[in-house]
Amino acid sequence: MKIWNQTIKEIAGSLVIVEKVKNVAFEEIVEIKDSEGNIRRGKVLEVDRDIAVVQLFTSTQGLENKDAQVAFLGETLKFGVSEKMLGRIFTGSGEVKDGGPKILANEYLDINGFPINPGMRAFPSQFIQTGISTIDGLNSLVRGQKLPIFSGSGLPHSELAAQIAKQARVVKVENGEKVVESDEKFAVIFAAMGVTFEEAEFFISSLESTGAMERAAVFLNLANDPIVERITLPRLALTLGEYLAFEKDMHVLVVMTDMTNYADALREISASRKEIPGRRGYPGYMYTDLATLYERAGLIQGRKGSLTQIPILTMPDDDKQHPIPDLTGYITEGQIMVDRKLHNQGIYPPIQPIGSLSRIKVDKKETREDLSAVQDQMSSSYAKGMEIKELALILGESALSDTDKAYMKFADEFEKKYINQAKSENRSIIETLDISWELLSILPKKELKKIKPEFIDKYSKNLA
Amino acid sequence: MIYVGCGERGNELTDILVEFPHLKDPKSGKPLMDRTIVIANTSNMPIAAREASVYTGITLAEYYRDMGYNVAMMADSTSRWAEAMREMSGRLEEMPGEEGYPAYLGSRISSFYERAGLVTCLGKDQRMGSATIVAAVSPAGGDMSEPVSQATLKVTKAFWGLDAGLAAKKHFPSINWLNSYSLYVNSVEDYFIKEAGADWGELRDLAMSILQRENELDDIIKLVGMEALSLQEKILLDTAKTLREDYLQQNAFDDVDAFSSTQKMYLMLKCILTFHQEAINLVNKNKDVEINDIIDLELKNDISRLKQIKESDLDQMENILSRITEELPLVKNDGDNQEFGLNKVVSGI
Repeated sequence: MKIWNQTIKEIAGSLVIVEKVKNVAFEEIVEIKDSEGNIRRGKVLEVDRDIAVVQLFTSTQGLENKDAQVAFLGETLKFGVSEKMLGRIFTGSGEVKDGGPKILANEYLDINGFPINPGMRAFPSQFIQTGISTIDGLNSLVRGQKLPIFSGSGLPHSELAAQIAKQARVVKVENGEKVVESDEKFAVIFAAMGVTFEEAEFFISSLESTGAMERAAVFLNLANDPIVERITLPRLALTLGEYLAFEKDMHVLVVMTDMTNYADALREISASRKEIPGRRGYPGYMYTDLATLYERAGLIQGRKGSLTQIPILTMPDDDKQHPIPDLTGYITEGQIMVDRKLHNQGIYPPIQPIGSLSRIKVDKKETREDLSAVQDQMSSSYAKGMEIKELALILGESALSDTDKAYMKFADEFEKKYINQAKSENRSIIETLDISWELLSILPKKELKKIKPEFIDKYSKNLA
Repeated sequence: MIYVGCGERGNELTDILVEFPHLKDPKSGKPLMDRTIVIANTSNMPIAAREASVYTGITLAEYYRDMGYNVAMMADSTSRWAEAMREMSGRLEEMPGEEGYPAYLGSRISSFYERAGLVTCLGKDQRMGSATIVAAVSPAGGDMSEPVSQATLKVTKAFWGLDAGLAAKKHFPSINWLNSYSLYVNSVEDYFIKEAGADWGELRDLAMSILQRENELDDIIKLVGMEALSLQEKILLDTAKTLREDYLQQNAFDDVDAFSSTQKMYLMLKCILTFHQEAINLVNKNKDVEINDIIDLELKNDISRLKQIKESDLDQMENILSRITEELPLVKNDGDNQEFGLNKVVSGI
């Protein structure tokens, strides 16, 4: 039963200060009714003695403290979830946004989730094919992993995210040659925070054009939507993800863009709460806060599904040491670096292998036996090639040995044939490996120190 | 062994929990987990638990130390522990110090590290126990000037610096040989002389000086190119490459290469450096030897495969060692020389 009280003391920005409260909890949901009977929702940010600070999910415009009424609901924010949410679009507070019918919830879940006990987790090792060589071939994505994309403003990370969302599949490689799509169910959840209308349109239309929308749910918070929704939005998306993964046995990929907007919203709210700022004005608890999102990726023993995350963030001024990429990197299992230099050379996707990393390895039986060795060899040879290219700039090419020249050629071809691919090109992992072997044949055999000789004999033979 | 996962990734802790019971303890043959305690604190657990996790670990270590055990405690990572302190300090509305960390960060870090040590336990039987702390620090963007790294370096006596550049080249373990250090080198010298060989200290110094010199030569090469170097310097560069690729790199996933005994380490180093010295001697004596005559030697191949020799077959290394001293001086011996001289004369005509 709701008890309405007229105890609002003060309204400041999106904050409402309520006095004479009793038995109120942090994060508790609050409803505020204005003189016309319209209801706005908010949550409790802070309680001190008998005063509570409430943050509204919408604006406080038109509220008056003398005649508005407030009710504490006695529960934290719950989100009604259902399998039927796939193919639909929602706002940051979980309302239907596509004009379709309301969702009948199967279950109401706490949007904050619960930390998974590490003892109950299963260790991720199964492959997700994204169809992008620099990810599949060098920094493979594993089910249950969280692998962020670090980008900068003006770089094509949105295109990359859309391409991943369209192409991602759970696959198995049979006999080391054929890629077979698994019959397990796969879903994509798109959590867009503070994106422009244009970007939102681009995501939705590109999902619709390939029919990928059927297996996707989109949560949208546009750049001019309320800030608080930016905080709840990824939690709603992950709550749905956990439900689909751990109750409905699906493999769920949650793409979250743009985490920089999320962190900025966090900073804005922290400032309005008058908290002591940490690095660059971001709240001191940002690491913990980001962890409560990222750590929701994973596998649970005895459950068939998985929750995989690709958070995307734009590094302000391409600065990797900025608190957002820095703290993200501490929590996530590696990162994919989108590089401005490659982008300016006209290479798409401009993923820079040097600096990109996936900390979780795919199980050998999942793909082909040579994948891990080829991975190491390709990245270290490219790194060496780039080093030699730099040297050649100073000394001139004539000073290089034949091996050095081979490395230079390898680096050039690697960028052109391996990194570069079309926006609609969906390469299977076997195709990626074939290109790898073709490129490795540029180098003298004795330089391939990271690959076992028997693999070299077995797979370099495939080449014409 | 005590492993503290302080603010760790959930999946990584799971990896440890799944993997450790299967790992065999090389000493007892039992599962490694039998003598390990894991303190699992993931980053999404409450902040106060993260701050406490490191203390929980060291307290347990002291408890076993007092029973006469030698305890190694790993803490990964103390940067996240420091961040927990910062977060709690912020919540307590304390005046922030450098980079928002509390002003007492340095004293907390020192009082934690000072809990490591060797003790004579109470009681009549004079048992010795020890607690060793191996802690990871993860400075933002690799910038070592940040407060946690600096406060840590002030109290610790050994430092292994992991290098992002090496990791990109897939050089593992990516410990940078030039900026890492241990102030205990002299304390353990007796041990190495006993376990490895009397010349261990000299070998180590020579290897370090070769690597240091390589670093200096690299700068020169960048300016003027390889051609400007003397033959001796080219040999030094080649030896440095061997040291880096075939000695310092170890593959943790390879059964043989993952673990090197002191004896194996010593013999490998001895082979590489003996080759180096013999090569230098050779070119000092014989002016006609070129760098490729040395690099293309079959022996060089054997040296790069030293790491694959099993612990039980270490006598193979003695073999290689004697082959080095026998075969190297014969490279381009007098017979070849005469032929070469003759050609010269012919072309002169």
